[in-house]
Amino acid sequence: MSGPFMTTRAWLLMLPLLAVMVAVIGWPLVSTVGLSFTDAKLVGTSGSFVGFDNYAKMLSSSNFQRTLYTTAWFAIVSVTAEMIIGVLAALLLNQEFHGRFVLRALMILPWALPTVVNATLWRLIYNPEYGALNAALTQIGVLDSYRSWLGEPATAMTALIVADTWKNFPLVTLIALAALQAVPRDIKAAALVDGAGPFARFRFVTLPFIVGPLMVALVLRTIEAFKVFDIIWVMTRGGPANSTRTLSILVYQEAFSFQRAGSGASLALIVTLLVSVLAASYAVLVRKTAGSAR
Amino acid sequence: MGRSNLAFTVFVYACALLLTVVILAPVVWLFVMSISPAADLSAKPLHWWPQQADFSRYKLLLSTLENSAGAAFTAALRNSIVVAGMATLAALAVAIPAGWAVSRTPSVGWSLSMVIATYMLPPVALAVPLYMGLAHLGMLNSVFGLALVYLTILAPFTTWLMKSGFDTIPREIEAAAMMDGANLFQTLRRITLPLAMPVVATSALFAFLLAWDEFFYALLFTSDQRAKTLTVTIADLAGGRIADYGLIATAGVLAALPPVFIGLVMQRALISGLTSGGVKG
Repeated sequence: MSGPFMTTRAWLLMLPLLAVMVAVIGWPLVSTVGLSFTDAKLVGTSGSFVGFDNYAKMLSSSNFQRTLYTTAWFAIVSVTAEMIIGVLAALLLNQEFHGRFVLRALMILPWALPTVVNATLWRLIYNPEYGALNAALTQIGVLDSYRSWLGEPATAMTALIVADTWKNFPLVTLIALAALQAVPRDIKAAALVDGAGPFARFRFVTLPFIVGPLMVALVLRTIEAFKVFDIIWVMTRGGPANSTRTLSILVYQEAFSFQRAGSGASLALIVTLLVSVLAASYAVLVRKTAGSAR
Repeated sequence: MGRSNLAFTVFVYACALLLTVVILAPVVWLFVMSISPAADLSAKPLHWWPQQADFSRYKLLLSTLENSAGAAFTAALRNSIVVAGMATLAALAVAIPAGWAVSRTPSVGWSLSMVIATYMLPPVALAVPLYMGLAHLGMLNSVFGLALVYLTILAPFTTWLMKSGFDTIPREIEAAAMMDGANLFQTLRRITLPLAMPVVATSALFAFLLAWDEFFYALLFTSDQRAKTLTVTIADLAGGRIADYGLIATAGVLAALPPVFIGLVMQRALISGLTSGGVKG
């Protein structure tokens, strides 16, 4: 069979997918770009052309700058915590002990719990009047009186990060564990015979095998964390005093709460650009580590 | 050596215990809340364990009495199943031919890369035009409209999983069938697809879980019992002025049951799917 025929056939088979993608992603994305140059409202007027006004307004607003900082903080802290706890848990599950298969099976629980259910669960745990966290901390004597964990700017973000980390570190664990089990036993044994200590063994024997899959997990988790909406919306709606308002929440408010479709669209595209730059720089990083690990 | 070995063993078990508690405590607490009488949950000091298990909230939420909390919940349950089911079937319908095409004809692979790159797009970048488009078509607050929008998430993901699956099926098998006179359609239907069934099943489960979990689009595009999904209904409950926290917990347990069940039963397949690079958001 000849090349051109194969290629034509492949395109024909891909046609349904590509048609769907154009309809639900391509066209909306192009429309968003168009909208971002207008002062359109969500309902009613289609708006008139305003050039780069929306972008200029959004980029210079203190709201945007503060929200960008909040998002970066959420993403960096939660992803770092997830990677560290995730890898430590994987190293533990890679040891031989009774019940490790049960524990390994349990790791799927937080991951399988729907994001909204997870957010609701932690909201109940942090409840200022009846929450389990307040009850536990008071009963063991750490806390004198109940606190409003999600109601105070000082603790709300940390409380959110804990909830997000609990749900997502098992994913890192499962990925790291699968990679750990691919480390050949004779290499580990050889390093042991050569007198390498536990840290040296981790750094020079184990890490090169798991760094590739971990980088993939890191990239995906960072992108997810930058786009975060669900858990924050359910737990705090960006409050109190906007202390947990991330970029996606800000876009939602601009476009849907205030119905300013035009400036909302420009903000959404700024977020998209940020995520793309992040992903691209990560891609370079992944390629480099993959090259050096070999 | 013996003493340090023992110390290490103790350390391993202590860590394992800690990890078990960290993983289980929140989940178990969700369940305990769902079966504790309301008075126990608002008691100070808190009653950590109900004296008598109370399953009445499960009965309430799963009842279909009009205007009860159950009516809203069962409607949401039905909508979630319908939307996730339709979106999964539609995603597989476009993903199977496309996945096969890319697997067998690498020269068109760049188009799949482009499709997968859309994963980076935050949903907010598509939400405004999708909202306007659905409004224009009269498909706001409709399970069909929502299922259509879910293809933005499900179609790239399932195509990529199917492509990786087809990559593991040797094309020589297909060539042999063609040699025997089968045409392309027959070959795919009788030879390739049966071999790819495990991958189809894994992709379907992943797609279903993704749709079941989705919240953002459902929040934007649905407004009442005709289309509201479980995630939106639970968020409503959590954000509303409900006095009985046990009811919120019960809704959470019920919504979590299908994915947790799938997760535990399909563990092996899910992990291999995860570790081959595809990750649920």
